[in-house]
Amino acid sequence: MKKYTFTEKKDTRSGFGAGMHELGKQNPNVVALCADLVGSLKLEPFIKENPDRFIQCGISEANMIGVSAGLTIGGKIPFATTFANFATGRVYDQIRQSVAYSNKNVKICASHAGLTLGEDGATHQILEDLGMMKMLPGMTVINPCDYNQTKAATIAIADHEGPVYLRFGRPVIPVFTAADQKFEIGKAWMVNEGTDVSIFATGHMVWEAIQAGEQLEAEGINAEIINIHTIKPLDEEAVLKSVEKTGCVVTAEEHNRIGGLGDSIAQVLVKNKLVPQEYVAVNDSFGESGTPTQLMEKYGLTAKDIVAAAKRAIERK
Amino acid sequence: MKMEIEQLEKVASQVRRDIVRMVHSCQSGHPGGSLGCTDLLVALYFERMMLNEQDGKPVFDMNGTGEDLFFLSNGHISPVWYSTLARRGYFPVEELATFRKLDSRLQGHPTTHEHLEGIRIASGSLGQGLSVALGAAMAKKLNKDKGIIYVLMGDGEQQEGQVWEAASFAPHHEVDNLIAFIDLNGQQIDGPTVKVMNNRDLGKKYEAFGWEVISIEEGNDMAAILKGLYEAKSRLGHGRPILVLLHTGMGFGVDFMMGSHKWHGVAPNDEQLAAALGQLEETLGDY
Repeated sequence: MKKYTFTEKKDTRSGFGAGMHELGKQNPNVVALCADLVGSLKLEPFIKENPDRFIQCGISEANMIGVSAGLTIGGKIPFATTFANFATGRVYDQIRQSVAYSNKNVKICASHAGLTLGEDGATHQILEDLGMMKMLPGMTVINPCDYNQTKAATIAIADHEGPVYLRFGRPVIPVFTAADQKFEIGKAWMVNEGTDVSIFATGHMVWEAIQAGEQLEAEGINAEIINIHTIKPLDEEAVLKSVEKTGCVVTAEEHNRIGGLGDSIAQVLVKNKLVPQEYVAVNDSFGESGTPTQLMEKYGLTAKDIVAAAKRAIERK
Repeated sequence: MKMEIEQLEKVASQVRRDIVRMVHSCQSGHPGGSLGCTDLLVALYFERMMLNEQDGKPVFDMNGTGEDLFFLSNGHISPVWYSTLARRGYFPVEELATFRKLDSRLQGHPTTHEHLEGIRIASGSLGQGLSVALGAAMAKKLNKDKGIIYVLMGDGEQQEGQVWEAASFAPHHEVDNLIAFIDLNGQQIDGPTVKVMNNRDLGKKYEAFGWEVISIEEGNDMAAILKGLYEAKSRLGHGRPILVLLHTGMGFGVDFMMGSHKWHGVAPNDEQLAAALGQLEETLGDY
């Protein structure tokens, strides 16, 4: 098992803020919009250096999406930012008509996704956003795994023509990917090569998958771990290549098991190569208040759960 | 482009013929609001708006750099927009015959999806156009582009919450390169607007939100429209967005369609089409 170490823990939203800071210097067309959550989205450095390119929208997310769509008419690259719940479910029709159907170059950047938002509880813990966004034709859906990857993804999507949903989170987690990485949209990242089971993980679950890989190794199981940071377009080639080798699959995501990464992978398997698949995901329920760690344990989203799922998948081969 | 009132009225008559013929041909669509807003759209595209042109024909590009832009928020009155765009030279008038039919660029509601020249955003799901227009207006400001943004909404549409998010946003950000219209025809699908959901005094509401509000009482009179548009434009650039309350008659120009919500989304049959065309002079040649 390839060794992954870290010297610090950071939140992925800070990676987004750092990416925006960088983009502010690089690309004069980048405009940031926010619906009264500037501190949570870590936008202060961008705003400080580019006050003319920041648009405060107040608590009016529907309008923010529309204004973003309008800004693209004139060549601007708007980054519309708020919590994931308000960036997707609350404004689904605005995204559908004014952004996706109109094929506008809007970047919807969503923090505090999933259970790890923690104590605020289920009203804010969206677990359906990946599903909603990936169902929109033409939408690119990205869920990076740590601070460095989120920063790189933020910078990369500015150069991608078309609507993007970028999802990240609130808690501090290990920073284990390279600071100087180049982010390639739609290209899965091989975390560890293995032969017994393919673990496809996204977002915060990638670090859990690495820990699971180490535990499995101690028990003599050689896990292949792949970071699917781009849910759509999905790197089908990487998925199939891995499955040819391992013959069974675990998918891991901080999302409802219905409609997320697991279902995207299942679709590829059904079409091309039927192998056993086990889901590590929230079992079609809402979340609740608690610390991120407590919630991940209660809802079955830890390394331990991935280990158990891997054994079940291998058993079913 | 500059035109005399008489010429503009001739264009409007032809646009009205196009509207009823398009809606009749596919036996669906929205003639009432389209007929009511015909005079405004003709005045904008044939007289008021600064459009990028080459050899007397408009040249369309998505960004619309250096020109005025129009957005239709109440997308269901697409027939009037399609006809106006075609008659202005954005695309061949023959294409109007494909309205709402399979494989057409003239979808039931306007879309950029089929790359129809003149359209910059999809609309139809109500309440979104003002927000989009505000974004386009802010992009013009960021680009130091002197073009003006025009956006038309329905009065029934004012019942959507997003409209009021946008109404708050515009004065706060001093978007003073934008003129919004509300088509005050007093009708919506289920009946008179005062009965379905009373908007009360929209002018006072927008004023309270920080807008400059003017009224065109005769929204189907070309001279009154031109005067109102001139006044609206003269008030731009002073830190406030402009709202024009445009009083129109739904179905204007066809006597049996006028003043009733019944022709909001109903197509005329063959006899009704003949009766309507009998009231509308063919001025530029039918498509």
